[in-house]
Amino acid sequence: MTLLLTFIVAAVGQAVPLLYGATGEILTEKSGNLNLGIPGIMYMGGISGLMGAFLYENATDNPSAFAGVVISLICTVIASALGGLLYCFLTTTLRANQNVVGLALTTFGVGFGNFFGGSLSKLAGGVGQISVATSASGYTNFFPAFMRNIPLVGKILFSYGFLTYLSIVIALIVTWLIVGTGYGLNLLAIGEDPSVADAAGINVTGNKYIATVAGAVIAGLGGLYFVMEYLGGTWSNNGFGDRGWLAIALVILALWKPSNAIWGSLVFGALYVLYIYLPGLNRATSELVKMLPYVVTIIVLVVISKRNKPENQPPASLGKAYFREDR
Amino acid sequence: MSKIARSNKKVIHMVKRSGISPLKAWGIRLIAAVLGLIVAAFVIVGITGVNPLKVYEGIIGGAVGSPRRIWVTVRETVVLLLIAVGLMPAFKMRFWNLGAEGQILAGGIACSALMIYGKSIPAPLLLFLIIVCSALGGMIWGFLPGLFKAIFNTNESLFTLMLNYVAMQLVTFFIVFWENPSGSNSVGIINPSGKEGWFPALFGSDYGLNILIVLIVTVVMTLYMKITKHGYEIAVVGESQNTARYAGINVGKVIIRTMLVSSAVCGLAGAVIVSGASHTISTSTAGGRGFTAIVVAWMANLNPAGMLLVAAFLVFMQQGSIQIASQYGLNENASDIITGILIFFLIGCEFFIRYHLKVVNTEDDKS
Amino acid sequence: MDTNAIELKGVTKRFGNVIANDHVDLTLKKGEILSILGENGSGKTTLMNMLSGIYFPDEGQIMVNGESVTIRNPMDSFELGIGMIHQHFKLINILTAAENIILGQIGQGRRDMKKVNKEVKDLIDRYGFELSPTEKIYNMSVSQKQTVEIIKVLYRGADILILDEPTAVLTPQEIEKLFDVLRRMKKAGKSIIIITHKLNEVLEISDRVAVLRKGSCIGTVETSQTNAQQLTEMMVGEKVHLDIKRTDPVGCEKRIDVRGVSVRDSEGLFILKDVSFEANSGEILGIAGISGSGQKELLESIAGLQNIDSGEILYYPPGDAPVEKLSEKSVQEIQNLKISLSFVPEDRLGMGLVASMDLTDNMMIRSYRSGKSKFFTDRKSPKKLAEKIVDKLEVKTPGVETPVSKLSGGNVQKILVGREIATNPNVLMVAYPVRGLDINSSYTIYNLLADQKSKGVAVMCVGEDLDVLLQLCDRIMVLCEGSVTGIVNAKESSKEELGMLMTGGRKVERSV
Repeated sequence: MTLLLTFIVAAVGQAVPLLYGATGEILTEKSGNLNLGIPGIMYMGGISGLMGAFLYENATDNPSAFAGVVISLICTVIASALGGLLYCFLTTTLRANQNVVGLALTTFGVGFGNFFGGSLSKLAGGVGQISVATSASGYTNFFPAFMRNIPLVGKILFSYGFLTYLSIVIALIVTWLIVGTGYGLNLLAIGEDPSVADAAGINVTGNKYIATVAGAVIAGLGGLYFVMEYLGGTWSNNGFGDRGWLAIALVILALWKPSNAIWGSLVFGALYVLYIYLPGLNRATSELVKMLPYVVTIIVLVVISKRNKPENQPPASLGKAYFREDR
Repeated sequence: MSKIARSNKKVIHMVKRSGISPLKAWGIRLIAAVLGLIVAAFVIVGITGVNPLKVYEGIIGGAVGSPRRIWVTVRETVVLLLIAVGLMPAFKMRFWNLGAEGQILAGGIACSALMIYGKSIPAPLLLFLIIVCSALGGMIWGFLPGLFKAIFNTNESLFTLMLNYVAMQLVTFFIVFWENPSGSNSVGIINPSGKEGWFPALFGSDYGLNILIVLIVTVVMTLYMKITKHGYEIAVVGESQNTARYAGINVGKVIIRTMLVSSAVCGLAGAVIVSGASHTISTSTAGGRGFTAIVVAWMANLNPAGMLLVAAFLVFMQQGSIQIASQYGLNENASDIITGILIFFLIGCEFFIRYHLKVVNTEDDKS
Repeated sequence: MDTNAIELKGVTKRFGNVIANDHVDLTLKKGEILSILGENGSGKTTLMNMLSGIYFPDEGQIMVNGESVTIRNPMDSFELGIGMIHQHFKLINILTAAENIILGQIGQGRRDMKKVNKEVKDLIDRYGFELSPTEKIYNMSVSQKQTVEIIKVLYRGADILILDEPTAVLTPQEIEKLFDVLRRMKKAGKSIIIITHKLNEVLEISDRVAVLRKGSCIGTVETSQTNAQQLTEMMVGEKVHLDIKRTDPVGCEKRIDVRGVSVRDSEGLFILKDVSFEANSGEILGIAGISGSGQKELLESIAGLQNIDSGEILYYPPGDAPVEKLSEKSVQEIQNLKISLSFVPEDRLGMGLVASMDLTDNMMIRSYRSGKSKFFTDRKSPKKLAEKIVDKLEVKTPGVETPVSKLSGGNVQKILVGREIATNPNVLMVAYPVRGLDINSSYTIYNLLADQKSKGVAVMCVGEDLDVLLQLCDRIMVLCEGSVTGIVNAKESSKEELGMLMTGGRKVERSV
């Protein structure tokens, strides 16, 4: 029972960054941009928040957790927005190939994260690993102790920091945005056929920018969650690992619907840590179990391409640049 | 009356170029590279506070400052070129093979397995087996996305991307069995004493064989694309599947066959990296080269000579910035940032090769 | 107000070296229906796309309601009250009718689909359309989709409506309904432009007619003071003597026998239904019908590009060689039979040729498998062939290394037809061979077809201009909704008879 409990809590911990990444990527992909730079943007978002908090804590004698949270949030939002902006400028305004730009951005972003993560304390004249314990404490334990101490439910539902709950709120908001608003309708049209949206008077370029930058910011929060709540305010090089790509895989599993991504992220999170809890695994077989999320995604990808139901397909213009006067 | 867009404005307008001379195109790329270098210099200065000229001196020194460094730069360049050449047929077919990372690892696993379990095989035969089996390993990784693209039109860029991580997990799986010394969770240098399965020195260099292999594959692939019936079919399928059907080309067959060719070359690159350079395998054996090669192939318009040029430039900067980083006590990821900036500039400049901006001055009714 | 709704002055648009519109002057009066008449490729659609903000003019001035304006994008166009119904529907497949209709019309906030659906339903009822607002576009027929397009503009309340070839895909009843709607809108004070190349429609619906030719506006006339003859002259430039030499067919032998062929689309609907006919050597068989009646699928079935549901297609070779069953063979197998079945498809650059390849490489599309080596391509003989075609058909090109995308439509078609007849075919199928070509190029093509016929080739020609079909062909088969409604002798038939068959009227069997 306790094992199951820790398993669920661990799965949630893995699920949150995936949910942020997937929600951001879904919003982006709905506008027709296949942003493969999301893994890099998540690194950028994570390290920027950490840097902000680090510089703040170094600058004051008596740092407060609240100010640390605010500063790191702002830094994350700015850095990931810049990443999204760069991607969108190159692909939408300069019409560069989306795959190429995305992969370059991921290489850049991962390098950016590892570089500053590894060299920051040195650059600031210190030694050893960076640690922002004060700011990180603001990211944990959103609910008061008595709620966390409720047997069973307290651990499963109330033991996380605010970013965990925010991830679900954002996923629901983005779902509503797509399903229930005029903006969502415009976005769907752009993602399916930008020339139609254009002819209907929708600002294709502007909306692509908004969706891509907003998507990047959401994904960046996933990186921030990882360094602050998951790692507790430190950095380990490549520690974020392949979670960015898992987030992109999750988009497929969720069939481009953020509401599906909520439970999908839990499935992936569970698969991600399953090897620890599955009895009878040795080191080798547990590595094979870690393959499962990707294998599941591939199977889903094949099944939806075979089923061919229009609503469950990727946005039709995904990956293509749009130029009004092409003919 | 609602607001009317009045005509007293200059409107900037983008026009697609009907053609551009190669000289002018490379000129634009050169300008972009220079601009990129300037911005990169600012970044380096911002971080290290050193004179930018010193920094570039350091980069040049790092890339070609000693015979050993020159060889490393050449070695890295040819590997990158090999992968880009491997991607060429797939991209020509408009098949987004983003799975070179996985295909390299699959080839690398096959190669390492032979080095570890095939020590007793005579050296020439072992070398031959390594080349063949690494290509086969890559092919396994390329076959599945090709197959499903052909029968269900499954999105190949997502499929190949996912396979990269399956391959990475497979590597960690094998590390469990191959780790040396045990408990290190890494394979270490394979066969350090007997050098079984290592590429032999050629033309007086450890990397001579690497260069020879890449040279041969590049020439063969270029000819394959240019003067064979397969190459012609790939070009037709890439331009228009309808035309291909009209021509009686079995599109599915061409997709699968081309993916096998493409991934075989990428798998071979795995052997060139493992047997020819690192003599070990880890999850970072591919090290992002599969992605960088996509940029290389795309920026050179799938032209092999152009790919060599772009690959050499990127590797030069990469090796140079690694040197800079260690000189100033920073970590080697600095090179990702520098090359990232350069790549963004080079990608962005393609726009100005394909389009030119025109200011349209509409008549003003008020004046 | 007595101003004009729209006034164009010296509007010019170029695509690379091609001038699509050359200093066009045009006016649309308030509350009138203006037809814009012109051949395919005369620049009608390009001109209208500059009003709807899709294209931006290189030169010239646009006035709306008497004020000079710049239309940079579709949004500008909407704000000026201009609504365009495009020939290719601008609809999002995965959305419903109502969602498509309100696209770009509602704010960024909450979308209340219940309210919208009701508004759309009201509009549908008011004009007597048959449509459900909640139906998804991918489930709709062509005419339903057009209905959505029209309601979209009505919903938007545009004052100036532009319809691009709205009748091309409709049945006569649907056309009548459409015209009723247009008249009703005119009564309501809207100004309407209708683009078409069908004379009878122009005369029926419009108040005035503007004629475009090769990108220039030839003139505008009152419909009441003109007639079909005058309009045709304006459209083509000189009095049309469709002077196609037609010899009597000689040595007719059965070549292709199509027996009860049916083809279904991916949703199980019949595109071709029990089609049977024969094509003979030494004659031209015309195939007529409203566009989308199954012409494309029929030719593709014979060429081996289309899987057929039932029926069979037989080929009778000259001499005593055995009959071949084409319907069981792939394209490659048909090629291997050395039948020389040549096919000039409708989509020249999307199917017949590869736009980015040069002339030589395009010659190889049908023949690259031949040549001495099994593995390597032979480019020498294709190059010779390309040079021969350029020389013989007077193709205007800088050289055989030029990509075909840089050639004009007429030259592209010459390359394609030239390649297909170069194999000395026994059967030649052409679809819309002169679409988008100027008169001179058209005649080159007609004469090539007539030459092939006199050489004993069995020619099948899908066409849209009935006058041409009647003068070029020996027999004409008419398709309607995938079924053969009649096969007539071209010398004895008339446009009226063909028109009736095209819209489904059965004809009394007559021996041909």
